[in-house]
Amino acid sequence: MSNAPSHLKYAKSHEWVELVSDDTYRVGISDHAQDLLGDMVFIELPEVGQALSAQDECAVVESVKAASDVYSPLSGEVVEVNEELVENPDLVNRDAYGDGWLFTVKASDPGELAVLMSADEYIKLSRDDDH
Amino acid sequence: MGAKTALYQEHLNLGAKVVDFAGWDMPLHYGSQVEEHYKVRGDAGMFDVSHMTFVDLKGERVREFLRYLLANNVDRLKSPGRALYTCMLNEQGGVVDDLIVYYFDETYFRMVVNAATHDKDMVWIERHAVIFDVSVTELTDVALLAVQGPEARNKVHDLLSPAQREKAEALAPFNAVESEGFFISRTGYTGEDGYEVMVPADQAVDFWRRLHKIGVHPVGLGARDTLRLEAGMDLYSAEMDEETSPLEAGLKWTVAWEPQDRNFIGRAALEPQYNAIPARKLVGLILDDRGVLRGHQRVIVDGQVVGEVTSGSFSPTLGKAIAFARVPYDVSGQVLVEMRGKQLPARVVKPPFVRHGKACFE
Repeated sequence: MSNAPSHLKYAKSHEWVELVSDDTYRVGISDHAQDLLGDMVFIELPEVGQALSAQDECAVVESVKAASDVYSPLSGEVVEVNEELVENPDLVNRDAYGDGWLFTVKASDPGELAVLMSADEYIKLSRDDDH
Repeated sequence: MGAKTALYQEHLNLGAKVVDFAGWDMPLHYGSQVEEHYKVRGDAGMFDVSHMTFVDLKGERVREFLRYLLANNVDRLKSPGRALYTCMLNEQGGVVDDLIVYYFDETYFRMVVNAATHDKDMVWIERHAVIFDVSVTELTDVALLAVQGPEARNKVHDLLSPAQREKAEALAPFNAVESEGFFISRTGYTGEDGYEVMVPADQAVDFWRRLHKIGVHPVGLGARDTLRLEAGMDLYSAEMDEETSPLEAGLKWTVAWEPQDRNFIGRAALEPQYNAIPARKLVGLILDDRGVLRGHQRVIVDGQVVGEVTSGSFSPTLGKAIAFARVPYDVSGQVLVEMRGKQLPARVVKPPFVRHGKACFE
């Protein structure tokens, strides 16, 4: 069973969001998502400075099995991307909630967090996914 | 719920991600298919391929039957245990299946055919066998373990009885031997040296555990596919099928045209094509950009769709995507492949892509 830390918020499209400081949030894909996709081979990241609207396709994670779009859970501006993933895409598999983070966004509307799910809600959703 | 091999519980115990493959519950990987791929290229890995179909053929006219049934010529098999890769064609020259046939003696051969084509293969084989009074018996109480990699043979040797070991060590590639209930074949589907060992189903778990204990890594179907792709080996239903001639699937070398008086199923249909330039050919593609080639992506030359990728994946050994594609005969150099709304350039090469762990394409 894949895990979902309780201090994160989750999107239906399997991204997680972590508060870094003030209005800045880190984004990645869930352990459940990486498990479904299998070994990552290429990660396409957004540009630093890129403006995002919530639900925008802003990254691609491509595994041996399939390419999958990543949707920004929040609107705002990309302030940092995880360059490590270019050479080591498997960090997403090994540490989806840590070293496998994708980008950080300076949120323009933190109110959008309210529509994201708690860990419990997300675990329930990913369990239903399995059946 | 699909069919299960004798090793199903072992796969679960090792944390396998189990998927349906042709009605069988089979391990896709045990954590990381890329890691498993590297183990086979650099050390030794083991695959449960017990889902494949094993068919024993017996009768006074069995050689004559196989000369007719198979596109390659079983007359190449003269010494006991010798194996031959071949296609089994339909009357139109399309491929019913690809398989390995073993010779034991003049009244006894064995074939190993694909799992996904089990039902139609059995019907096809039996329909023709009856004419030659050949008996067709499927082996169902056996398991097949493929042990592959540069260290595979040494590791298997360590687990064999002295008699089995002596016979195995003497095997040349594409030869097999039966010894004390084990059928040991120096064959595989990875481009590495190794064995495929057929054991009685009730000994499969023990043999699997003993292999695991001496450091042979379990490998799933995911890595099996990337290994065979790197090795330039066709997969039935991807590179060829009943509508595709072996001449357009890179398998001309497996069609034995001589002697000309050997009639085999499909010969008449292929005859006009054999010495002609085929309309299409199977090539290798390498993508130097980031992205993954995958089956059914369209291949574009001069703005026209000219063919498609038959199977593709990420090559762990090369660190980039590779594929087979079927294209018009005159295509060479570079093509474009359409993926995710983009057209990326791919190099046209002659497979295999990897031999003995190293890049080797032309």
